[in-house]
Amino acid sequence: MSRPSSDYDPVEVSPLHADEVEAMRDAALEAIDAAASLDDLKQVRIEHAGDRSPLALANREIGALPPQARKNAGMRVGQARKAVGARLAERAAALQEQQDARILLEESVDVTLPVDREPRGARHPLTTIQERVCDVFVAMGWEVAEGPEVEAEWLNFDALNLGPDHPARTMQDTFWLTPAKAALVLRTHTSPVQARTMLERTPPIYVICPGRTFRTDALDATHTPVFHQVEGLAIDEGLSMAHLKGTLDHFATEMFGYGITTRFRPSYFPFTEPSAEVDLICFVCRDVPGEVETCRTCRGEGWIEWGGCGVVNPRVLIACGVDPERYTGFAFGMGLDRTLMVRYDLEDMRDMVEGDVRFTVPFGLEL
Amino acid sequence: MRVPVSWLRDYVDLPPDLGPASLAARLTALGLTLEALHTLDITGPVVVGRVLQAVPEKHSNGKTVSWCQVDVGDGDEPRGIVCGADNFAVDDLVVVALPGAVLPGGFAISARKTYGHVSDGMICSTRELGIGDDHLGILVLDPAGAAVGDDGIALLDLDDTVIELEITADRGYALSMRGVARDAAIGGLPWRDPADVEVPETSGHGYPVQVEDDDACPVFAAVTVTGLDATAPTPHWMAQRVHLAGMRSISLPVDVTNYVMLELGQPIHGYDRSALRGPIVVRRARAGEKFRTLDGVVRPVSENDLLITDDTGPIGLAGVMGGEQTELSAATTDIVIEAANFDPPTIARTARRHKLPSEASKRFERGVDPAICLQAAHRVAGLLVEHGGGRIEPGVTLLGGEPERAPITIRADLPARITGIDIDAGTSRRALEAVGCRVQGDASMLAATPPTWRQDLTDSYDLVEEVARVVGYDKVPSVLPTAPPGRGLTSAQRRRRRVGLALAGAGLVEVKNYPFIGTDALDALGLDADDVLRRTLHLENPLSEEEPQLTTTLLPGLLKVLGRNVRRGQRNLAIFETAHVFLPAADPPAAPILAVDRRPDAAELAALDAALPAQPRFLALAMTGEREASGWWGAGRDSSWADAIAVVEEVARVLGRTLTVRKATRAPWHPGRCAQILLDGEEIGHAGELHPSVCAAFAVPERTAVAEVDLDALVAAAAPATSSRLSSFPVAKEDVALLVAEDVPAAEVQQALLAGGGPLLESARLFDVYTGAPVPAGMRSLAFALRLRAPDRTLTEADVRPVREAAVAAAHAATGATQRS
Repeated sequence: MSRPSSDYDPVEVSPLHADEVEAMRDAALEAIDAAASLDDLKQVRIEHAGDRSPLALANREIGALPPQARKNAGMRVGQARKAVGARLAERAAALQEQQDARILLEESVDVTLPVDREPRGARHPLTTIQERVCDVFVAMGWEVAEGPEVEAEWLNFDALNLGPDHPARTMQDTFWLTPAKAALVLRTHTSPVQARTMLERTPPIYVICPGRTFRTDALDATHTPVFHQVEGLAIDEGLSMAHLKGTLDHFATEMFGYGITTRFRPSYFPFTEPSAEVDLICFVCRDVPGEVETCRTCRGEGWIEWGGCGVVNPRVLIACGVDPERYTGFAFGMGLDRTLMVRYDLEDMRDMVEGDVRFTVPFGLEL
Repeated sequence: MRVPVSWLRDYVDLPPDLGPASLAARLTALGLTLEALHTLDITGPVVVGRVLQAVPEKHSNGKTVSWCQVDVGDGDEPRGIVCGADNFAVDDLVVVALPGAVLPGGFAISARKTYGHVSDGMICSTRELGIGDDHLGILVLDPAGAAVGDDGIALLDLDDTVIELEITADRGYALSMRGVARDAAIGGLPWRDPADVEVPETSGHGYPVQVEDDDACPVFAAVTVTGLDATAPTPHWMAQRVHLAGMRSISLPVDVTNYVMLELGQPIHGYDRSALRGPIVVRRARAGEKFRTLDGVVRPVSENDLLITDDTGPIGLAGVMGGEQTELSAATTDIVIEAANFDPPTIARTARRHKLPSEASKRFERGVDPAICLQAAHRVAGLLVEHGGGRIEPGVTLLGGEPERAPITIRADLPARITGIDIDAGTSRRALEAVGCRVQGDASMLAATPPTWRQDLTDSYDLVEEVARVVGYDKVPSVLPTAPPGRGLTSAQRRRRRVGLALAGAGLVEVKNYPFIGTDALDALGLDADDVLRRTLHLENPLSEEEPQLTTTLLPGLLKVLGRNVRRGQRNLAIFETAHVFLPAADPPAAPILAVDRRPDAAELAALDAALPAQPRFLALAMTGEREASGWWGAGRDSSWADAIAVVEEVARVLGRTLTVRKATRAPWHPGRCAQILLDGEEIGHAGELHPSVCAAFAVPERTAVAEVDLDALVAAAAPATSSRLSSFPVAKEDVALLVAEDVPAAEVQQALLAGGGPLLESARLFDVYTGAPVPAGMRSLAFALRLRAPDRTLTEADVRPVREAAVAAAHAATGATQRS
């Protein structure tokens, strides 16, 4: 509350007319509206709402008025000051907003500038496809088994019904370690892991064995001496080729898409009997007449060779300590390199082994 | 196996409308897998013509051609055709490709001007028709089988298709037209067995033969033909079939033996009787023996080889290749025809040992029907006499015979149980009979005696496969089995994934290299002569003589890839590999070859593993160029020794572990910029900057940073995440600057500070390293930010001072550090 000032000179007091107060107010409001910046407004505030502003001075005069006039005058001045104050706040907010907007505008940048300061890493697609395959089977309750790459000859061959004179041994193009009598090889397939699993565990067994394998093929667009396989093995009571087919159909669907199924063709592998080649219906043309003829992926075949499979030969079960009277099993295996090539339309095996980062980076962290 | 369809139709009554592709699909479904379809790609008009006139003309280029008038039966004037060959005469019937015809290889025939005439077609050789190798001579037809104007395409089966089949190692029988025909007939088609050869009454003994090893040679048949004209031409149809089956037509005797081998699957060998001395003896080779095989190579043989011999010594490697001495020639008139059966492993070993895979050994290795030796020998003799004259000697030799085969018993429900197809006993029985088994039994048990040509059928599962392929693999239903609940990935598997993701997340790109290495790469690493990394395993048969060893370090492969990327234009690179390395034991035992008729015992299994080298999974990385890119924001940051260490520390961090880093000297690192990486006091690898000379040797940029650690060790030591109770009291911060000798590792100072500071000292982070005035020469200043905190109160200066003093005192005691004033 203002009180009469001590330096008040009542002689100069003039009556407070309503129109005078309104004029002061209007002048103030006009000035506020005319303020173009917060700085302008600051000046206007001093002039029209400050201690020396006409309204402030008028306010002081109220005390000098006759008591009967004070009430009206007080109310008039009070209303005028309130209106000015409100307009000031309003204008200040508007000007602040304008100023903020202007500053943000001034701060704008070209967000299309390159921002790649950090190097981009990636995992090799052969690693990630292997993980993908494992995940498909782990989701079904299978486990992932691993084994050594330098393997005992007995586990790579003999235990799998590939006796010393078996014609299939010559098909295998094996890398032998020195000296030959050490009876060690670079595993030609991941099947010794299956043998090891049967030797280590008791049925039921459901395992998937991914890994690096070796055969004496020179590197070219479609061959590599070091390649990757994934094999599956299931040993349980009452398993049949039907379960093998069901498993492979599910696997194919997970890897290649809904509706992609497999077919069997009779074949020969020493460790399975009966044995089959497994083909995949082409996931591009789906063997549909009119499309299959020109399909690049399956070369017009409608089907893609995927791997080998069969019912585990009872001789293998016996060598690995599984009772063939009680248990049957199935096994399958496919090349991951080839699966990757088919799935991602890769033309040259060499791209996978040369380590050119331009090949690998687009594959990112997962398939 | 290449199967001309027209030949197959000689034995099987295939439906006339069954095209080659459908036939091939049918065979594929039976396990004889289509490899390729070959057609001759000939379109007519190709007709039979009679040469009416042939006038030789010598031309300026020195060549003599014949200007022929040929009647092709089209009623008009004879056609004038220029022909370069001269093996035909007036009145001969020849094959003429008329204008408009297209011969194999897209060779379009048109009337064209040549040697001064308009040649109105072409008189064809077998090579031009794609049915033989003879390109010098014109194909002259037998007048008994052809007439002027006949369609040459139909006459010569030029529209034939050859089905090339992949024959698996168990199906030796299918390496013959006989075997393929039998499978093609499955499903009830009538067929004739070409082995049903009439064997004439024999009288007396044939050429004397002794078999000393009848396990290795259970059957030996010999028939002799005398008075043969070995120069007689091979009939065209036979030469064409041999050619289409993928063999070369050579001479009548050779072509006939090959033809019969293709027809019946029985390899045949012919001996020039005039070159034989004394009886033929089949025996194992003796030490030191050698002889010249008919490819002209003198081969030393060993006791494991089975030989055909006479009084002079070896005259053939049984079942693999004959000898030069008794080879058939144009002068041969008397031939001893051998059709024998040999033990598959014996032949396989010999063929492998001498690197002599032949058409004969391929068949013997896979098993040949032992019951048709005499039939095959007579088939050869009959064809020779028919086309080359002479006569078959009445006496024949037949030693041994096919072994008695015991029936295989099979539970009638086994095919259904194994295949998952609803197969009853009757179906199984019919299927087994269809492949040639004699079957007895009832609804619960069958006894099947396999046919003589199916040596591969030895147990009940083999029979299941036969039943399944006859019933059809396409009948197998699809049923997803239910595995018991699994445990998911092992912790090691999960951790390795985490490491891979962390490395890629840190900007490194994974590569995969071969594990092969050569001494030059180890030299390029600058390893000492006795470096442990030089102790490698060797391959007997490396792909490249330059890389015959299995690697002990991933760095050479990684550096080669780094260099390759640099040469392809990449400047900023960070790559890694995780793979096994191979570390041989000092004096490893050989891996035993165990029995396969039972499970090995624990000791035997341990012996297998004891023979294996250590093969841990390593992690290696290499970096060059910018680790952080430069750009519009300013300069980037080059990767350095520090990044190599940092990435390894990051890998440890995602595994929940902290590493200790020590200064070390180790090839191939820069001697002053090499960190030994320790985990729980054990060395697990090194990281730092590559030695400049190693950079040069691998042609990678200077200051390339590399690291290699034992990933298995890290993964095995991974610690589960732990949590501690968090103090909510404020932290007290203190900086200390310590003067230490320049060669004192900062890590030691830090460890001493932490040890001395006690439980209230939360961390001590090095934030500045300074050398130069006023720090005395040979010294440096290390500034550490200390953070102190108590679990139960706010620390006061009275708490902080003794901690700081204790930390500094410990650092002084450990490293001689003194606090800068």
